Amino acid sequence: MITCLGDLLFPEVGVAMVKLLRGLGVEVDFPEGQTCCGLPLFNSGYHHEAAAVAGRTMALFERSEHVVVPSGSCAWMVKTEYPGLFKDDPRRRAAAESLADRTRELSQFLVEVLGVTRVESPFRGTVTYHDSCHLLRGLGESRSPRTLLRGAPGVTLVELPGADQCCGFGGSFSVRLPEVSTAILERKLASVEGTGADCVVACDAGCLMQMGGGLSRKGSRVRALHLAQVLSGEDGA
Amino acid sequence: MSDAELRVPFPQRAGAALKDAFLQEALTIATTKFIDLRKEAFAGFPAGEALRDQARRIKEATLQRLDAHLGRLADNVERLGGHVHWASTGAEAREIVLRLCRERGVRTVVKSKSMATEEIDLNEALEGAGVTPIETDLGEYIIQLAGEKPSHIIAPAIHKTKGQVAELFSKALDGRFAADPEVLTAAARKELRQKFLDADMGITGANFAVAETGTVVLVTNEGNGRMVTSLPRVHVAVMGMEKVIPSMTDLMVFLAILARSATGQQLSSYTTLVRGPRQPGELEGPEEFHLILLDSGRIRQIAGPLREALYCLRCGACLNVCPVYRQIGGHAYGHTYPGPIGILLTAMLRGTESVKELAHASTLCGACKDVCPVRIDIPRMLIELREHVDQEKVAPWAERAMFRAARRIMSSPALFRMGARVGRLLQAPWVRGGRVRRLSLFLGRWTATRDLPPVAQRTFSERWKDLAGGPPGDGRRGRRAP
Repeated sequence: MITCLGDLLFPEVGVAMVKLLRGLGVEVDFPEGQTCCGLPLFNSGYHHEAAAVAGRTMALFERSEHVVVPSGSCAWMVKTEYPGLFKDDPRRRAAAESLADRTRELSQFLVEVLGVTRVESPFRGTVTYHDSCHLLRGLGESRSPRTLLRGAPGVTLVELPGADQCCGFGGSFSVRLPEVSTAILERKLASVEGTGADCVVACDAGCLMQMGGGLSRKGSRVRALHLAQVLSGEDGA
Repeated sequence: MSDAELRVPFPQRAGAALKDAFLQEALTIATTKFIDLRKEAFAGFPAGEALRDQARRIKEATLQRLDAHLGRLADNVERLGGHVHWASTGAEAREIVLRLCRERGVRTVVKSKSMATEEIDLNEALEGAGVTPIETDLGEYIIQLAGEKPSHIIAPAIHKTKGQVAELFSKALDGRFAADPEVLTAAARKELRQKFLDADMGITGANFAVAETGTVVLVTNEGNGRMVTSLPRVHVAVMGMEKVIPSMTDLMVFLAILARSATGQQLSSYTTLVRGPRQPGELEGPEEFHLILLDSGRIRQIAGPLREALYCLRCGACLNVCPVYRQIGGHAYGHTYPGPIGILLTAMLRGTESVKELAHASTLCGACKDVCPVRIDIPRMLIELREHVDQEKVAPWAERAMFRAARRIMSSPALFRMGARVGRLLQAPWVRGGRVRRLSLFLGRWTATRDLPPVAQRTFSERWKDLAGGPPGDGRRGRRAP
């Protein structure tokens, strides 16, 4: 699943993920016609609309063995929230539960399903890892991305103080309350720059958009990269 | 917050808070300290997680039979010689207190920190009736002198630096005071001592009330609560009806997690258990004890979408970890209860309309749920609240139209593809060095402070054909090659 931000704004993350997965011997397929998982609608309280979008996604992936998502928040949406959207419709609820079972966020897929902890990536550099809220608290995942970063031979991982604190993105929050969103971001970026790392790595397009946008505006030398870009070496450098 | 202040839209109130350098300094220091203390307290307390689950179960079960527990509480308080008053609204609760003041010739009241009395604007009502209320909790005393409202559930003056407090005391009290917490505390203590002795009535809230024994429990750190409940001749406790718990055993569970969540203490310095007025043979205590049980929108929510908010212990932990609260402080929220739980409580007490902006004052990061001693799922309820804001059509018309349009686009790959093409055309004049630096209208809110990646010249969907080297997928593959 490419996700809307991944498709439109970060296609290089999708390309990196495909390369990474193929390098690990996974046969990758891309059901065409993907749009969005519906999370932005859901989180803003438009649940009826979110259910309509979710229904489409469920149909697209009906026959996929594993569904890998390069975004903690979209994976959370599918795994945790899809079934509840169809609580009055047993047939669609079962379909939602089936998709939820088959769906994994990328780092979880690599570690839990493939059993991979060491990826031979040409990437070289010092990185720090930001815990995306939905991956950390929604899916309870903080170890897999760190395990994979530590396992990449050219990567030095330094811990980010306050790694578990939100970057201030919050979807529509970032444009509803831009000043507050930016103030939260400033705190995060000060912390990132304090680590001396070359890159801040995250597993969510939203956080990358927020942190990357802030870093680039400041003219910082630090880059915001997706885990897949680091693990595949497709980091555009 | 006054009606006039509330007419300033929330984003502007928040913006003003962001520009207040004193507030920013005070908030960062205090919330960071609270976060660390809480973390340490639970790290050294292996039983904590199970007790949190147990506390949640007690709250769930108690709400199932709230009427029975309240009835038992009232019977036991009355058996001890106390009086129980039922108030369905804040106005009724205020009127009960004012009547007691009138009938008993009360001229001054000493108060211990209480969010319930803040909720019903009791101080203003007392002043209006010619009764002088004196806050005796240090933080509450500070903000009363400053003519302000609490900005945190347990640390009402969290928004003030010690320098600001020294300045305030030097203006309001006799003398010049250094910006030293010990000096300032001593000054307040000296000032308050005589007030305790002179007061005709003591007013408190209640952290818990134990049904089986008729005990009202106060969790404090300054000892003022004890003097408020024992020195004046009348003690009035005001509590939300959801604060009742069945037994003393239950109380032990809550006490084990409350202070740890709030201040990182194992127990607060004082845990005061009040059972009715002074009993025959006792040397201390008030002649009269009154317990006011406040509904004010709570009962309705036992079967409502905000039910879980009734579990809240008012520890303030969710405020300290909330990225939004940490930036804007409590006053910007505009209501008695700030922070993530405050949004839900405001919706409960004042209706959905009152939180149509606040419902969105959260990144939904979930840190609040993580630290809540009774694991209230605050993010989920905020999302549901947003849903109600939509359904009750209090969300702006343009916003609802926009989200309905988004559904159309997301439901149609053709429209989605067209959106990408239109985006590429429209953004062209603004792309510099592979970044969008300034957009207008809605997206200008993003680009004012952050760059935006442009819509890719070739989206992933468009690049897939090169990557796939085969016919379009049918979704069947995804297996690891042997």
